[in-house]
Amino acid sequence: MRCGVVVFPGSNCDHDVYHVLKHVLQQDVTFLWHQDDTLKGCELVVLPGGFAYGDYLRAGAMAALSPVMGAVKRHAEAGGLVLGICNGFQVLLEAKLIPGAMRRNQSLRFLCRDVYLKVERTDLPFTWKLREGQVLRIPIAHGEGSYEDSAEHLDALEANRQVVFRYVTPEGARADTDPQWNPNGAARGIAGICNPGGNVLGMMPHPERCSEPILGNTDGLTLLAGAVEAGSQVLGARR
Amino acid sequence: MKARVTVYPRREILDPQGKAIRDALSRVGFAGVDDVRAGKSFEISLTGEDPEAARRQLRDMCEKLLANTVVEDYSVELLGNEGGRT
Repeated sequence: MRCGVVVFPGSNCDHDVYHVLKHVLQQDVTFLWHQDDTLKGCELVVLPGGFAYGDYLRAGAMAALSPVMGAVKRHAEAGGLVLGICNGFQVLLEAKLIPGAMRRNQSLRFLCRDVYLKVERTDLPFTWKLREGQVLRIPIAHGEGSYEDSAEHLDALEANRQVVFRYVTPEGARADTDPQWNPNGAARGIAGICNPGGNVLGMMPHPERCSEPILGNTDGLTLLAGAVEAGSQVLGARR
Repeated sequence: MKARVTVYPRREILDPQGKAIRDALSRVGFAGVDDVRAGKSFEISLTGEDPEAARRQLRDMCEKLLANTVVEDYSVELLGNEGGRT
């Protein structure tokens, strides 16, 4: 399947995602520059981690207005697969492709460590290879990852089943007020959400950083492999 | 025409940065600081002369870019050409 990794000035996980898609998952991958106004035929688009446009104004705010995001929006509206990781999640929020906003981590510290995620949805193109309730160990690396929205919007998000990943204990229990397990203080322990159609996923943890045995953890690979395989199947059926 | 736009985290949202600054103020000896909100301020020069049109435009800027209204509030004030308040 043809995959695109968007490169903003300041992206720094673009090559990691490219590497996993190309060399581990053997896909056709290309970089998409922020000034491009097409996706060059890509079926899966990944917005990688980093500090797009230096995080000027707010994380993701400037990137959300770049030419490539117009193409990403059209792709998303047509049901195309979009995955935003970390800074890419922040860009998706600022672009309003998914609801909510990010605040500074409650500790005010940049956090770089493994966290535990409970899988809340297994019927999405990204998560169909995971088990409901499965606990994944995936690293985070961010300073602004505390997900926030109004109580009313959070209720709607839960009712629509848009919460895909939640920070939990290694046993899979909720611990929303415990910074050891909900590292940034995210509302309701939210670590990843999707749009109502389920084709746009934003998540703070980095699956591309745990997708090879040599890295000591392959929990992220199942997710990325799922996205790639689901995308290929959908396209196969369409053809 | 000059304008100042200020953007603050919304009241009902915990502002960990403001809280850290409040605690630091107490530590350096300023008593009686109850609360601090840390925000951003923008000084914007506009070419137009119509204050109402300017206010409208500035509010639009806040909605579209300067503030994230999910977590931030904003206010807009027009300053004289010399930077004094009008």
